[in-house]
Amino acid sequence: MTLKKTLLASVIGAAMTTAVLPSVASAETTLRMAYDADPVSLDIHEQLSGGILQLSHMTFDPLVRWTQDLSFEPRLATGWEQVDDTTMRMTLREGVEFHSGNPFTAKDVVWTVERLKRSPDFKALFEPVESVTAIDDTTIEITTREPYPLLLNLATYIFPMDSAFYSGTDADGDPKDEIVKNGNSFASAHLSGTGPFTVVEHQKGTRMEFERFDGYWDDESPGNVDHIVHTPISENATRVAALLSGDVDFIAPVPPNDLERVREDDDVQLVTMSGTRIIIFHMNQARVEAFQDPRVRQAFVYAINQEGIADRLMKGFATPAAQFSPKGYAGHVESLEPRYDLEKAKQLMEEAGYAEGFEISMMAPNNRYVNDAKIAQAVAAMLARINVTVDLKTLPKAQYWGEFDDRAADMMMIGWHADTEDSANFHEYLTACPDADSGAGQYNASNYCNPALDKLVAEANLEVDLEKRAEMLQQVEQTLHDEAAVVPLHWQDLAWASADNVMIEPILNVMNFPYLGDLVIKQE
Amino acid sequence: MIAFLIKRLFHALLVMFVISIIAFAIQDNLGDPIQQMVGQSVPESEREALREQLGLNDPFVVQYLRFAGNALQLDFGYSYIFNEPTTEVIARHLPATLELVFATSLLIVLFSVPIGVYSAIRPRAWLSRLFMGVSIIGISIPVFLTAIMLIQLFAIGVSWSPFPADTGWGAWLNDLVSTEGGMPAYGRGRPVPVFGTWATNFASLEGLTYLVLPAISLASIMLPLFIRLIRAEMLEVLQSEYVKFARAKGIPLRRIYFIHALKNTMLPVITMGGVQIGTLVAYTILTETVFQWPGMGLMFLNAIQRSDVPLIITYLMIVGLIFVITNTLVDLIYGLVNPTVKLTGKPA
Repeated sequence: MTLKKTLLASVIGAAMTTAVLPSVASAETTLRMAYDADPVSLDIHEQLSGGILQLSHMTFDPLVRWTQDLSFEPRLATGWEQVDDTTMRMTLREGVEFHSGNPFTAKDVVWTVERLKRSPDFKALFEPVESVTAIDDTTIEITTREPYPLLLNLATYIFPMDSAFYSGTDADGDPKDEIVKNGNSFASAHLSGTGPFTVVEHQKGTRMEFERFDGYWDDESPGNVDHIVHTPISENATRVAALLSGDVDFIAPVPPNDLERVREDDDVQLVTMSGTRIIIFHMNQARVEAFQDPRVRQAFVYAINQEGIADRLMKGFATPAAQFSPKGYAGHVESLEPRYDLEKAKQLMEEAGYAEGFEISMMAPNNRYVNDAKIAQAVAAMLARINVTVDLKTLPKAQYWGEFDDRAADMMMIGWHADTEDSANFHEYLTACPDADSGAGQYNASNYCNPALDKLVAEANLEVDLEKRAEMLQQVEQTLHDEAAVVPLHWQDLAWASADNVMIEPILNVMNFPYLGDLVIKQE
Repeated sequence: MIAFLIKRLFHALLVMFVISIIAFAIQDNLGDPIQQMVGQSVPESEREALREQLGLNDPFVVQYLRFAGNALQLDFGYSYIFNEPTTEVIARHLPATLELVFATSLLIVLFSVPIGVYSAIRPRAWLSRLFMGVSIIGISIPVFLTAIMLIQLFAIGVSWSPFPADTGWGAWLNDLVSTEGGMPAYGRGRPVPVFGTWATNFASLEGLTYLVLPAISLASIMLPLFIRLIRAEMLEVLQSEYVKFARAKGIPLRRIYFIHALKNTMLPVITMGGVQIGTLVAYTILTETVFQWPGMGLMFLNAIQRSDVPLIITYLMIVGLIFVITNTLVDLIYGLVNPTVKLTGKPA
C-alpha cells in the first residue's frame, strides 16, 4: 500500500516538477506528518503566522536562520558586516537555483524586501529598513533609517522569492506579485523558492504534498526525506492516535493531556522545549482604580502561584515566569523568580487599604492557549484568597479578540510571542503607553504607562552595542517586575512527537520552525 | 403532484431566506474575521483598511441586500479561509459527507430491520434481550466517545493479558481480548475520482477500510434507535386484528411477518428515517472532527472557529435545503407505501 502510494506520488512529482528523474528511485523516503493546521496560503507574505513561516522554511531559505541555541546560521547570506551605523553589507551564496530553474541573485533579495514592505502583515516589522540595494549579483546593502541593532533578526524573515517567476501578469491579467488577503492571487497558488522542497499538491485543509527539490543548493544537509505528505489534523486526540497507530510519523503540537501516553509508548519519541510564548494577565488601570496602586498589583502577583499552575495544571508543560523575556533573550534577568507569597499579598492589600478586597471581572479565551480556561479558573480561585471576587467569562478565540480590543474586562489574558525574538517587542506591544496613532501598546490592556520605560526602549532600539542594549532591556524588565505592570504566568512549552526512526530532535527549535530539509529518517 | 413539488420549492426558498437572515443577524457574534486573517502584530490601521475593503463596515441592511442580490445570481460570496467561492468549497466537501451518511444509512438499514423484526417476533429469546441491552448502551454513549474507543481498539490496538500467557488457553484468551489495530484512524485516504469534485471511497477495498470506523461510530446512535422503533412498531402490528385474522386463516407465518406486518411497521419508520437523515448530517460534525473526515461537518467547524461568515451562512442554507429535500422525498415515498395518504392534503 505504501509502496503503491510512493510510486504514484513520485510519478505525479516527476510530471509536475518537469525535472527528469534518473529513474524511479525504489528507496524513496517518505515523511507522513500531521500539524494541527495547514498554511492558509502558498504566498509567504500573505500572513505573519507560525504556519506560514513553517511553510517558508520548507520551500524557501532565509538569508540567515536561528539555531537551537538562538544564534544565527548563514543560509542564503554567507557573510555580513556592518559598513556604518545604518548600513549592513551581506554576501550572498553563489550557485543557488530556484525551483523554476532561475538563478538566485541579489535582485531577488531586493525584490523580496520591497514586497515585504508592501505586505500588510510584514510592513510593520520592516519599517526600520530604508532600502536594500544590489551592489553586484552576490552582494547587497541594507540601509536602515536609524541605527538598528536587530537587522539579523529581521534577516531571518527574508526568504528570497523568485522575482522572475512572480513578475508579470497571470491569466486573469492580475499582477503575479500582488498580495491578496481574501481571494485568489497567483502567489497564493504557485510557489518557487530555493528551499529543500517543492509543493506538489495542496488541497486546502485536507492534504499537502512536497517533493525534495533536485537542485537544492545545500549538499551538506544530512536530510534524506524525498517526499512529504502533510495531513492537517485539528483534533488533538485524533492527531495523537494517528501517530500511535503508525498512520503518520511526525506530529505537532502534542496536547499536554497526552504527553504521558506518548512518552510511555515504545515506538514513538517525544521532544519538549521550554517555549518563548509568555502567558500573562493584564490588570486594567483605566477600569479599576485600585490597580493604579502598585501595591495592589504586587499583591495580585504575590497571590498567584505560577509554579503551582505550571506543575499541576500544565503538568510540567510550562516554565513559570516572573518576566516577559525567556532565557536566551537579551532582556532576560536571571534573578527574577516567581514571587508566590500569600501572607505578603494579604499584607500589601491591607497597606493599600483593600483588606476587604473588591470585585473584578475577568476574561480569557478557551481555545487559544494550552489550558487557557483552566488557568483563568485557577487564577480566579487564587485571588479569592485575598478577598478579590472574580466574575470570570471564557470565550472561544474567534469572539475573544473582539472583547480584548474593547478592553471588556478588568483582567484579560493574552499570550505573546516576540516576532523579532527580542525583548523590546514585549514592551512595545504589551506595556508601552497606548497610542492609537503610532500603534504602540496595541495589546496593553493594563493601560500601564511609564514614559521613562518607553524612552529607554526607544533608545535601546537605536543602540548597536548589543551588550549595552541588553543592559537597557534588562532594566526595563526589572522595572516592569518591580512595579508589577502585569501578572506573568508562564512560558508555554512546545512538544513534538515522532516515530522512533524519525530523528526530529536536531531539527527542532523554540521558534517552532522544524527544519525539515535537514531531517533524517533512519532506514531499518 | 406538480403542485405539491412547486409548493415544496417555495418552502425551500423560504427556509433558505429565513436562515440567511438569522445567520446574518448573528454574524457579529461569530467573531471578527479580520482577526483570523492577519497576524497578531498587525496594526489597527491595516485591519481597518481590510475591513473597509471587505465591506464589513457597511450597515446591516446594505450588507444583507448586497449578499441577497448576489445570492439570487447563485453567488454566495468568497470563503475567508479557503479564498474560493463558498459554493465551490462546499461542493468539494459535500461528497465526503454524503458518502459517510450513505455508508451509515446502509449499515442502519441492513442491521435494524432484521434485528428489529427478530426481537419483535421472539421478544423473550436471549438473543433479543442481548440486542436490546446492547442498543441501550449504544444510545447512551456519546458519538465522540464511541469514535475514540473505536480508534483505540481498532486503529492503535490494545494488548491485555489478564490470563496467564504461558498456558495455551491463557494465551488464546489473551488474544481474544486484545486487538491488533491497523485500521486507518483518520481521513479518507486517497479516494478514487469519479467526476467533478466527487471522489469515492467505495471503489476500492482500501477506500472502504477508511469508511468502516467513521460509519460505525456515526451509526452507533441511530442504529439502536431504529432497532427499538421497528421492534415497538412490529410488536404493535402483531397484536392487531388483521394479523390475528391472517393467522387464524392459516397463512404461513413467514408471509404474515414479512409481507403483511412489516409493510405497516415501516410507515412510521420511514417518517422517522427522513427526519433522522437531517439529524445525521448534524452528527457528522462530531464524527468528522474525531476522524478528521474531510467533509462538510469538519469544514463547518473550521469555519466557525475561524469566523468564516460567508461559508457559515452558505453551509446553513444548504443544510436547510437538504432538510427540505429529504422531507419532500419522505412524503413522496410515504405516498407510495400508503396510497391512502394524498399528497395534496385533500381527503381521499
